[in-house]
Amino acid sequence: MSWGLIIELARALMLARLKQTFIAGVGVTFSITMFVALLGFMNGLNTMLDGLVINRTPHIRFYNQIKPNPNQPIDQMTDFENSLNIIRSVKPSTSRLSIYNSKEIIRTLESDPRVLGVSSKVSTQVFFNVGTIDLTGVINGIDVDKEAALFSFTDYVTQGNYEELNQINSIILGKGLADRMLAGIGDVIQVTTAQGNRVQLKVVGYYQSGLGDFDNANSYASISTVQKILGEPTSYVTDIQVKLKELSQAPPMAREMRETFGIDADDIQTINAQFETGTNVRTLISYAVGITLLVVSGFGIYNILNMMIYEKLDTIAILKAIGFNSQDVNRIFITIALTIGVIGGAVGLLLGFLAGLGIDQIPFETEALPTIKTFPVDYNPKYYLIGGVFSLVTTYLAGFFPARKASGVDPVDIIRGK
Amino acid sequence: MKEQDSPVLIAQDIDKYFYNPVKTQVLKKVGFKIAKGEFVSIVGKSGCGKSTLLYILSTMDTDYDGKIFMDNELITGKSHNYLAHLRNEKIGFVFQFHYLLNEFSVLENVMIPGLKLGNYSREELEHRAMEKLRIFEMEEHALKKANQLSGGQKQRVAIARALINDPLLIMGDEPTGNLDKKNSDIVFHMFRELAQEYKQTMLVVTHDPEFAAGTDRIIEMEDGRVIRQ
Repeated sequence: MSWGLIIELARALMLARLKQTFIAGVGVTFSITMFVALLGFMNGLNTMLDGLVINRTPHIRFYNQIKPNPNQPIDQMTDFENSLNIIRSVKPSTSRLSIYNSKEIIRTLESDPRVLGVSSKVSTQVFFNVGTIDLTGVINGIDVDKEAALFSFTDYVTQGNYEELNQINSIILGKGLADRMLAGIGDVIQVTTAQGNRVQLKVVGYYQSGLGDFDNANSYASISTVQKILGEPTSYVTDIQVKLKELSQAPPMAREMRETFGIDADDIQTINAQFETGTNVRTLISYAVGITLLVVSGFGIYNILNMMIYEKLDTIAILKAIGFNSQDVNRIFITIALTIGVIGGAVGLLLGFLAGLGIDQIPFETEALPTIKTFPVDYNPKYYLIGGVFSLVTTYLAGFFPARKASGVDPVDIIRGK
Repeated sequence: MKEQDSPVLIAQDIDKYFYNPVKTQVLKKVGFKIAKGEFVSIVGKSGCGKSTLLYILSTMDTDYDGKIFMDNELITGKSHNYLAHLRNEKIGFVFQFHYLLNEFSVLENVMIPGLKLGNYSREELEHRAMEKLRIFEMEEHALKKANQLSGGQKQRVAIARALINDPLLIMGDEPTGNLDKKNSDIVFHMFRELAQEYKQTMLVVTHDPEFAAGTDRIIEMEDGRVIRQ
């Protein structure tokens, strides 16, 4: 049986009820548009919110944690092997924050094929002296260029030039901290370290992460500046930050490195588990809404096809009388449903894309998100693919039952009934 | 048995029951043969079962007892798809209410059974369809939509459509039943012409005595039985 004839018949039936067919198509178009626009917008927001944390968080962070030694001497005595040993008031053993043999660890990491880049860091608690008041804060000594390349550092420097940080004794202050200190760009501020050293630093920029608490206490300087403030050699490193090629490899690799280097290693998934949960739930909700829209439009198609079949019973009967079998009739109505799905869906995808472009133009400026000027939209082809496939599936299902009914029409009943 | 002698259609002991609202027998042991080239009419009062018989013979109604042979082939008990193909290839229909597809032009209406059969290309079919329309002097209406025609014109197109696949047998269900005197005469003369000039085998159910009188043979039915043939 030639499909050409079936398509011709389907086309004629659709043209005969052009308005209804059009409305059914509009239903699909609307739902696909909403589906694509909604998912794009939702995921744009998701990506942005995750980016707030994930872009600038190392995938694996190595550090020395100050903690009590888990191997207390009593545990090693064979005499008390089978007893319950309780030691009260255990204190951390003398340990240092800096990582032993940091240069060698960095070299090993850099040669690992899974690693995209490594950046070392020195963090230290300081007091910012403002007149007679001391504000507590943190100075992060960073490798400026690597931090910019790996952890989007530049995105969050809202004023000033981050490259000036490479000069010794310069500092970029968190926006909240700068506001409290009334420190403008170019001003010189005074910092006291925990060891009592006093240093003068020049403010070269502001840093705004979007997380208020963080911006109220944190500031950035080059790693050599911080090492100098602390009076430590260039091998003094408190954190080694690693960015991997594959985010998903972080947990197993953190476990592996923890063993190899004998230091603490945190992976991004463990630290930011709640972000992933939030992202998943938001994605789930947008899929649910999108699919609901499609199902509703599916019912629209179902209704219209059902009506068409009642109106065209004569046509179906005559087609059967002149030799069309049930399958042919079934195919005609499935073709109608799928045509509505394909055309409605394609227009919907296009409009969805345009809606995305539209949303992308809406201004969205907030103090908390310095890098965002308009609503973020994700144009991932995945959503267009899902939308397209789904429009076909729903229209097929919507056409399935009416088509089966049409194919079951007994021509004798119709012709006799006249 | 030589080809030209073999009957086109044989009905053997056809019984048919209706179950709604109560079981009633509408056809009782109906049997007859139709030879090639015969123009046969079935007459009888309303409700005597003549239309029911026609639908059974047309293969559209498969719920009956007895046997039907078409072209020496037993068609009782064949699958619906096979029967649909058989109708397409071997049977042409003319109904009381024209039953053209209003969505299509006259020419397309005539072509559709041919397109379905697929023995000829579209161009050839178009040519053949125009020829058939010419027989019935409908060629100038070929590009009109079916619903722009008068009742008599529609019926002429329906006959042209019935002929498109050169069927073994044409069946008519009261083909003049819905037409006025003038149109019904035109349609009758067309049937006559088909019988005489083209030796077309035809089986027509009618309650128009004038129509029946013009056929080669009359099968008369009463209460589900053939009383005279």
